Amino acid sequence: MKSPSPASINILSALALALAATLAVLFFAGAPPLTTLAVLFGGGLDSTASLLKTFSSFIPLFLCATALLATYAAGLWNIGVEGQITLGAVFAAGFLRLPDPATFPPALALILALAAAFAGGALWALLAGALRAYGRVHEIFSGLGLNFAATGVTLWLILGPWKRAGMASLSGTEPLPEAFRLPGFAGKPASMAGLVLAVTAFALTVWLLKRTTWGLKLAAVRQNLKAARLIGLSPKRRLLEAMALCGGLAGLAGGLLVTGLYHRLIPSISGNFGYTAILAVLMVSLAPLFVPVSCFFFAVLLAGAVQLPMALELDSSLSGVIQGVLVLAFLAAGRMGIGGRLGGRLGGKLTGDKT
Amino acid sequence: MDVFAATLAAVLFAGAPLALAALGETLSERAGVINLSVDGTVLFSAMAAFVTARVTGDAWIGMLGGALAGAFVAGVLAVVGLWLRAPILAVGFILTLLCRDLAYFLGHAHARQPGPDLGVWTIPGLSDIPFAGTVIGRQSPVVYLSIVAVAAASFFLYRTRAGLRLRAAGESPRAAFARGIPVERLKVLYCLAGGAFSGLAGAAYSLAVKPGWGHPQGAEGAGWIALAIVIFGGWRPSRVVLGAYFFALIQVMGIHLQDFLPGLSSTLFQIAPFPVMILTLLFINIRRSGRFRDAVQNVPLLGRLAGKPPAGAPGALAGVLDQDAA
Repeated sequence: MKSPSPASINILSALALALAATLAVLFFAGAPPLTTLAVLFGGGLDSTASLLKTFSSFIPLFLCATALLATYAAGLWNIGVEGQITLGAVFAAGFLRLPDPATFPPALALILALAAAFAGGALWALLAGALRAYGRVHEIFSGLGLNFAATGVTLWLILGPWKRAGMASLSGTEPLPEAFRLPGFAGKPASMAGLVLAVTAFALTVWLLKRTTWGLKLAAVRQNLKAARLIGLSPKRRLLEAMALCGGLAGLAGGLLVTGLYHRLIPSISGNFGYTAILAVLMVSLAPLFVPVSCFFFAVLLAGAVQLPMALELDSSLSGVIQGVLVLAFLAAGRMGIGGRLGGRLGGKLTGDKT
Repeated sequence: MDVFAATLAAVLFAGAPLALAALGETLSERAGVINLSVDGTVLFSAMAAFVTARVTGDAWIGMLGGALAGAFVAGVLAVVGLWLRAPILAVGFILTLLCRDLAYFLGHAHARQPGPDLGVWTIPGLSDIPFAGTVIGRQSPVVYLSIVAVAAASFFLYRTRAGLRLRAAGESPRAAFARGIPVERLKVLYCLAGGAFSGLAGAAYSLAVKPGWGHPQGAEGAGWIALAIVIFGGWRPSRVVLGAYFFALIQVMGIHLQDFLPGLSSTLFQIAPFPVMILTLLFINIRRSGRFRDAVQNVPLLGRLAGKPPAGAPGALAGVLDQDAA
């Protein structure tokens, strides 16, 4: 009889570990375990409407996870994705205030708005990159600080210069004119264009990282910074390029959130997608081919969690709990060496693990 | 003068949990363990402390619950990051996100409910002195706790044998191991102790500084500030606590400025510490850089203006969070 492969043993033991931990949490919260899990997964999968909800979370999440592949390839701990999404959203919303919806071709306006979103996210990421490359400020701190700063920028715009006519309210800016909204899918705001963009971005990024000299250079910078500098790979520029690509894709996600989902700028528009994407990427130990899988799974959880407060009077943060528990379980299972070392792929440079 | 005394008192109060969390992280990092989970730990233990206090009706048992919750999170970090040797920065970061959501999920039933708090202590004799009485005579117990903790941590690190062993383990693990110091065991021990301090910080928020529990809790982001304060303070308790008061001052100023500039949203003042965090790290790192040292050689005034640079990271962590430029 063929014995199961080491990787599948790892995955199974991680899932078992995560399930046990989740059940323990549900027990502590006094929630009915089976009903809760049924609501959680049903809310994201059981009908066309819930699948569309899942997809509207999947698109930004998948884009951000793709973005993170670029910075992880360079050995950067970019936790500033939230802020980069936000700035992308700000740039897209800001651009769409300029042209006259009656005369300007809508397709061109949308393309330009998404390009502006890309630029906005890239700029915000370059700020963190420059602080790291030239100011020696670790990207964990600059990224996090800039996330909060981005929230400040959005709030200031919504309550100040971009406030709705007559009243400033935290519900957001004036909604976009119909012409400047991405077409929805079956009447639901899960846009096909967004999905196509996300999949294309993913394919392009993986190709860049795995099949081009640029990707090889990033890997060299990640694995040995000093050697990379000595052989003239200009690590500073490579780090900035990786940051810009990551920020641009995250910004694109923000642009899609504005044009495709919310149709206006709202506070905390980044909706935790930036942090969730980090978990989605870490869960599969940075293995690009599995990133779509983990993103889809997390998107199901996000869509299902929205039902929890209504159905069972539970807080929707349960999805985040399960995601975190899963990632930890995968890391632990990979390290326990039951079936080979999955976690070993996180290079030493990324982790600072000197042993 | 009264305003000044009141501001100082407010800074000591707002800085107490920051100081506790940053002290805990200092202990942990001095032993060679970077615990990135502080922010989540603070929120999780704030919830745990408030719920414990509500259930038992005693805020001090709540403090204990908070400390235990913090140590529990650090225990998970120790098991996965130290024992199983998973990448510890990643584990810490995952724990931060996980604990934040766990706090909101488990604390849901207790959100926006009344509960006990630690109240105010009046120090007999001291509270009657005009200026000092306002600043330090009538304060929340967490203020006294944080001050005692700083003194104790300083004494422990620099004046006791155990403190020397702790510093040795973090400064040069191999040499310490060769001298017979159980480095791995010390790392686990001080990781847990650091977690307990972060737990006390969380409890200090939900039982004193921002009493109660809600979604969002006012303490969000404080743990990240604490992590930056450790670098700012050069891993020395006496300087770390100054960093905590510096950031507390920014928060307090924000509340004062709101009276003068009512047009600006209060949320904007809440985020002010974060850009300042980036700028202080930038300043510290430039101050430590070789190029700045060269510049001081030519222009001595520059060195006098910028002051003495804080110490660098413990040997085992050199380059992890304050690395050389690429």
